[in-house]
Amino acid sequence: MPYVAVKGGEQAIENAEKLLHSRRRGDINVTELTSEQIEQQLTLAVERVMCEGSLYDRELAALAIKQSWGDLVEAIFLVRAYRTTLPRFYYTQPLNTGVMQIERRISSIFKDIPGGQNLGPTFDYIHRLLDFKLLAENQVPPPSETSVSQESFPLVMETLDKEGLIQSEPRATQPQVPFDLTRQPLNFPANRDARLQNLARADEGFLLSLAYSTQRGYGKNHPFAGEIRMGEVEVIIFPEELGFEISVTDITITEVQMVNQFKGSKHVPPQFTRGYGLTFGYNERKAMSMALVDRAMRASELGESVDSPAQNIEFVLSHSDNVEAQGFVQHLKLPHYIDFQAELNLIRQMRQKSQDLSP
Amino acid sequence: MSVSTKHPHFNSGSNSGFNFAYLDEQTKRSIRRALLKAVAIPGHQIPFSSREMPMSYGWGTGGIQITAAIIGQNDVLKVIDQGADDTTNAVNIRRFFRKVCAVETTEETARATLIQTRHRIPETPLQEGQILVYQVPIPEPLRWLEPSTVESRKMHALEEYGPIYVKLYEDITRYGHIATGYDYPVIVEDRYLMSPSPIPRFDNPKMHLNPALQLFGAGREKRIYAVPPYTRVKSLDFEDYPFRVEHWNQPCELCGSTESFLDEVLIDDRGGRMWICSDTDYCQQQRRKK
Repeated sequence: MPYVAVKGGEQAIENAEKLLHSRRRGDINVTELTSEQIEQQLTLAVERVMCEGSLYDRELAALAIKQSWGDLVEAIFLVRAYRTTLPRFYYTQPLNTGVMQIERRISSIFKDIPGGQNLGPTFDYIHRLLDFKLLAENQVPPPSETSVSQESFPLVMETLDKEGLIQSEPRATQPQVPFDLTRQPLNFPANRDARLQNLARADEGFLLSLAYSTQRGYGKNHPFAGEIRMGEVEVIIFPEELGFEISVTDITITEVQMVNQFKGSKHVPPQFTRGYGLTFGYNERKAMSMALVDRAMRASELGESVDSPAQNIEFVLSHSDNVEAQGFVQHLKLPHYIDFQAELNLIRQMRQKSQDLSP
Repeated sequence: MSVSTKHPHFNSGSNSGFNFAYLDEQTKRSIRRALLKAVAIPGHQIPFSSREMPMSYGWGTGGIQITAAIIGQNDVLKVIDQGADDTTNAVNIRRFFRKVCAVETTEETARATLIQTRHRIPETPLQEGQILVYQVPIPEPLRWLEPSTVESRKMHALEEYGPIYVKLYEDITRYGHIATGYDYPVIVEDRYLMSPSPIPRFDNPKMHLNPALQLFGAGREKRIYAVPPYTRVKSLDFEDYPFRVEHWNQPCELCGSTESFLDEVLIDDRGGRMWICSDTDYCQQQRRKK
């Protein structure tokens, strides 16, 4: 019997899985990486996976990174697929970032701020020189001065708010049930709660590029870094059956508030506006990008013209999720021979017609 | 804290630890609510809160979620991709449901109560009581004319389907016929314009007045729609340019059928090729009859 289409059987899939495991492990003479080491030493990778995976669990994020050969988008996917199966007990009370235990806090709009500027651990002013000493193992870093502040400092934006210089965020008069992106389909036009949830899970690279595009003139909105703070905040739930608040855990977050120019309108005097970014973990680049894109998407609400990609809510929100994007781009690997056959038939038919017509 | 107490899934066997059909019952219920709406308004797209599945978006998660929401212990499941039961993704989805439901699976169209498909409708006519679940990549038939869903939803609401006829007309003036080979748009029950998913034109007529329930799931795009049994499904066309399906000048070289959709298979590097049924079960049934 002649050759008949390749059979992709169960055996082939099992073999692929075995190969994946052995390639992941690498040379077995080299000590195996533990997920605890990943959790402790690849912290920023872990925090990105928690943020875009939208599940705050360092252990699982580390496991996902190990399992995915360090492919963070794949790790994010693993975490998302796991979180699907988790039950939903409560919505937390809104986080109070004003009482954060600050590890890092800077403002670029004032020279000094109440509580002071605190660089914390940052790559910002480090010369990016490869540190060859790290090639040697068992090095113990020099002890660092503890920098976590136990006091709470007011948000820088509040000083602007007091003068009415910045558009105040409408406070809900009564407790509202927030939109839940993980339980409700995203529909357009999307409100800001839905937009911010989408951005918090969005691919860092995608947001970074979009944010960059606004700075280069595609939806310019004159941003200043009003305040960037990173540290631990308390997560509180309020079970109605108990009638009192319970603090369930502390999580590390990065919060960015951008101050943007706004010329005002007939009804509103000129004032600053806000772009907001919040991420799980220490994810400053992402949080800043998020704040820029959040502000860009407020264009139509603020009466600005909408003509750049970052201002187009549907465009941004529909393409920001890397779990969705990686799947659809890579689905082109699936067999498409039926569609292709249909196209082949069509193109042959069209070629036949044009040949018949030509002398 | 030990790993097992924190994450109960870690210690359970590979088959257990997850709910029947992977999704929790609340999620299944929300999908079934969307399905009921979809059946009530044939061809109309219903948003649903699509979940991340352990397979990639774009690889059938919409169909998988529908199947997961409606499958029961007594169902017999068939999964096909490009008409074949043995393509890798079909094998993989079948394997998934065996793992999380332990239901019976089959390759025989006639024996299946639930058929999940990508890109084909089986050649063997479906019966009352059977359910066909389509995997849909882009549920919006107007997407290529209007990328914004805000706009395309308005067009559906107002039944403003002129632009798609204009597109077909432009095809005719440019090429002499309608240049859409697959995912050929249809009107359901004289009202909603619907994407039949990327099935070949050849399969469109099978949707019309089909005794089976046809459900469509687009996971990444978070939409569900349906064609209930015995619903009118009409492929778009013009009086002077009626809808036509493709045909082949040769029968299947394995079973001799002249009525099935044929795949062109390259058999050597000198341009040799053969034509065989894309529906592997149908092809086998035909050969068995001989």
